[in-house]
Amino acid sequence: MDVVLLISILTITIRAGTSLLYATIGEILTERSGILNLGVEGMMIMGAVSAFAAAFHTGSVWAGVATAIVVGGSLALIHAFLTITLRADQTVSGLALTIFGSGLASFLGQRLGPGGQPLVGQVGPRFEKIALPLLSDIPFLGDALFRQDVLVYGMYLLVPLAWFILYKTRPGLHLRAVGESPHTADAMGVNVPGLRYFYTVLGGMLVGLGGAHLSLAYTPGWTENLTSGRGWIAIALVIFATWDPARAVVGALLFGGVNAIQFRLQAAGTTIPAAFLNMLPYAFTVIVLVLITWWEAFRKRVGAPAALGVPYMREEVT
Amino acid sequence: MDRSDRPPAVEMRGIVKRFPGVLANDHIHFAVHAGEIHALLGENGAGKSTLMNILSGLYRPDAGEIWICPRGQTQPRRVDIRSPRDAINLGIGMVHQHFMLVPTLTVAENVILGLKDPRFLLRMRHVEEKIKQLSRQYHLQVDPSAYIWQLSVGEQQRVEIIKLLYRGAEVLILDEPTAVLTPQEAEELGRTLRRMAEEGKAIIFITHKLDEVIVFSDRVTVLRAGRNIATLDTARTDKAELARLMVGREVLFRVEKPAGVVCTNGEPPVLEVIQVEALNDRGLPALQGVSLEVCSGEIVGIAGVAGNGQRELAEVVTGLRPVTRGRVLVRGQDLTNQPPLRFIEAGVSHIPGDRLGMGLAGNLPVSDNLVMKAYRREPIANGPFLSRRAVLSFAQKLIQAFQIVTPTASVPVRTLSGGNLQKTILAREITASRDFASDHRRVLVAIHPTRGLDVGATEAVHRTLLEQRAQGAAILLISEDLEELLALADRIAVMYEGCIMGVVDATSANIEQLGLMMAGETHMTKETADRL
Repeated sequence: MDVVLLISILTITIRAGTSLLYATIGEILTERSGILNLGVEGMMIMGAVSAFAAAFHTGSVWAGVATAIVVGGSLALIHAFLTITLRADQTVSGLALTIFGSGLASFLGQRLGPGGQPLVGQVGPRFEKIALPLLSDIPFLGDALFRQDVLVYGMYLLVPLAWFILYKTRPGLHLRAVGESPHTADAMGVNVPGLRYFYTVLGGMLVGLGGAHLSLAYTPGWTENLTSGRGWIAIALVIFATWDPARAVVGALLFGGVNAIQFRLQAAGTTIPAAFLNMLPYAFTVIVLVLITWWEAFRKRVGAPAALGVPYMREEVT
Repeated sequence: MDRSDRPPAVEMRGIVKRFPGVLANDHIHFAVHAGEIHALLGENGAGKSTLMNILSGLYRPDAGEIWICPRGQTQPRRVDIRSPRDAINLGIGMVHQHFMLVPTLTVAENVILGLKDPRFLLRMRHVEEKIKQLSRQYHLQVDPSAYIWQLSVGEQQRVEIIKLLYRGAEVLILDEPTAVLTPQEAEELGRTLRRMAEEGKAIIFITHKLDEVIVFSDRVTVLRAGRNIATLDTARTDKAELARLMVGREVLFRVEKPAGVVCTNGEPPVLEVIQVEALNDRGLPALQGVSLEVCSGEIVGIAGVAGNGQRELAEVVTGLRPVTRGRVLVRGQDLTNQPPLRFIEAGVSHIPGDRLGMGLAGNLPVSDNLVMKAYRREPIANGPFLSRRAVLSFAQKLIQAFQIVTPTASVPVRTLSGGNLQKTILAREITASRDFASDHRRVLVAIHPTRGLDVGATEAVHRTLLEQRAQGAAILLISEDLEELLALADRIAVMYEGCIMGVVDATSANIEQLGLMMAGETHMTKETADRL
């Protein structure tokens, strides 16, 4: 295979994996605090439509990003209120959020265009690729890694930062403790509901940002069902990553990689039906996920936070 | 130590705490001085833990005041403890009965959890150094970089104590600290407590065990039904007086047990466990070649620290857990890896340790719980239907025979008290095994049958077990209460890490010997084996 093709596949792999990785890191933080938010798909698609709409009307991609973060965070806040304050069932609340988000995004996509027209087909501002000086001159890898948009570079920073905070700092210690054993954390003076709110909302913001990357950089513009299930893949990747931000990279690249190859095959005019190729990244992710999780379960303790999905009440008689 | 000239380190005045339907603390006055070990004695539900949860900030009192006098000061001041963090800032810390440790974090990480220092970066070396220094000072051996899930229960308790010392606690509260320890570990804990008291700390320990009060404490406060009954100097009281204060009437310490008839007539054992191996829930070996026989008219006790395979053994002999090797025989029938129903039909009854989880369906009425092993047969089964009338009359009969206190047979069983829950299970199980096993040769497997029960209910359960023994049942009694085993059992088998360390005759056994075997002292088995 020639080098140019490999570089192009790697480039697309990273671009396709970026939005997924934002969402996965966001959900990892949320789940580490003990809150399961199945609303990722809804928050992500709302992030995508609001980012594009805001960027379209203001002409600024940054306004789009800011809007997506606020929208994602706000939707997560609803989930936080329902599950932390009202102790509603986390699965039901998350699913409701996804259904709500998907429906609302579709509706907004019909109305937020110029003069109340649909957004579909509109061309708005987008994140352009920026070549990083020196780094992009590295042969082979430089082009793929360092000739990308700003949000990709943001992801390069986010992953090690999330990992560092989680394992090497006091806030990270508290986050891990709250998800594992909220009673203990509470007895040790950690504000359990406060941290759960914080990380649920922060997770929602990152998911929203992932949505923004889709509509402002990866496939600029708005189409129906733009996320096409990426939110669900993100939730699967959280398990695949065993709630570890560093391992999420592998999962996101895997999904992105199959996506890139599938694109290439379609571009090369293969006879395999497009719908089948479109399905491949998802099928592949699920299969790998199943295999890895099986293997992990045999090898050692599976790393789900022990209190994931369990509401916390202080004066509960156990 | 002269404590009269200094105000108490902590004084709780007129504490009231209500839970729905219960007055847990009724104007309790309680004071503890620096340098003393103060026992807080009472039966389950007397309000001990509630009182201490208030002091440690987990609960808020409905009324009452807390005054503290920190070391080096002479004037006490009133404090408002709104959270565990407030309590620890005031130098008050508690070791809970269920440890407050995060299993996936290291010892050092658990110790600094919730602290303001380190502020951001976790510089663990510094923390570990400080932990090592504390463990030297108080002889609390523990590895700061180990993960909690790797530690034994005794080690975890030491981590809990270090956690409090690290935070500079001057008042340490321990909730039933010896419940999970071997007698030797308990002794070691006693020495640690004494060392801390000598350093001027105030130690409060919650217990319902009279022996511990006598051995460990300087003073004792007795609670009963949410009220402070008395505060005494331990040196000027004795077990009998404490028991009377705790229960409110005279208590007999010995259960009258007639001599047993142990496999004398050459009958084969009713329950035989032969070289059984089984896995626990995590897929690790839990039973590693256990062999055991229980004869008609005999109680065989199983002693051991929790988590050494007792639960798995009980599940194996009731058909709830598959056996990977070995055989289980009931009345001579090989029932290895047969479904639970076969065990039930062979006359095996099961008093599980988790009453509401495994023993009863909490939301179903008392009557339905009582017929759970009888509904398949006439007269309760009427073809595919249940005869409601037969269910009720069956339930009424059992309620009377076993003196279950319940308003009616149709209230949800979870509303009954612990003692009546246990009576409900006993009634169902004993009746069922009587129905299925036509002769006297039936099996009763009882796990912690008196855990959490008050003295009256405990007596009733003990009486029932001894009655069953007299009628010829073969009883396997699993308990963490060595006194109970010594009082009831004919023979005691000690389990350690999935093996039986030895079987001793209950009449000649003593607590020290059992304690050593529970801690895995293998040479004891040889000696005892030689003697048997």
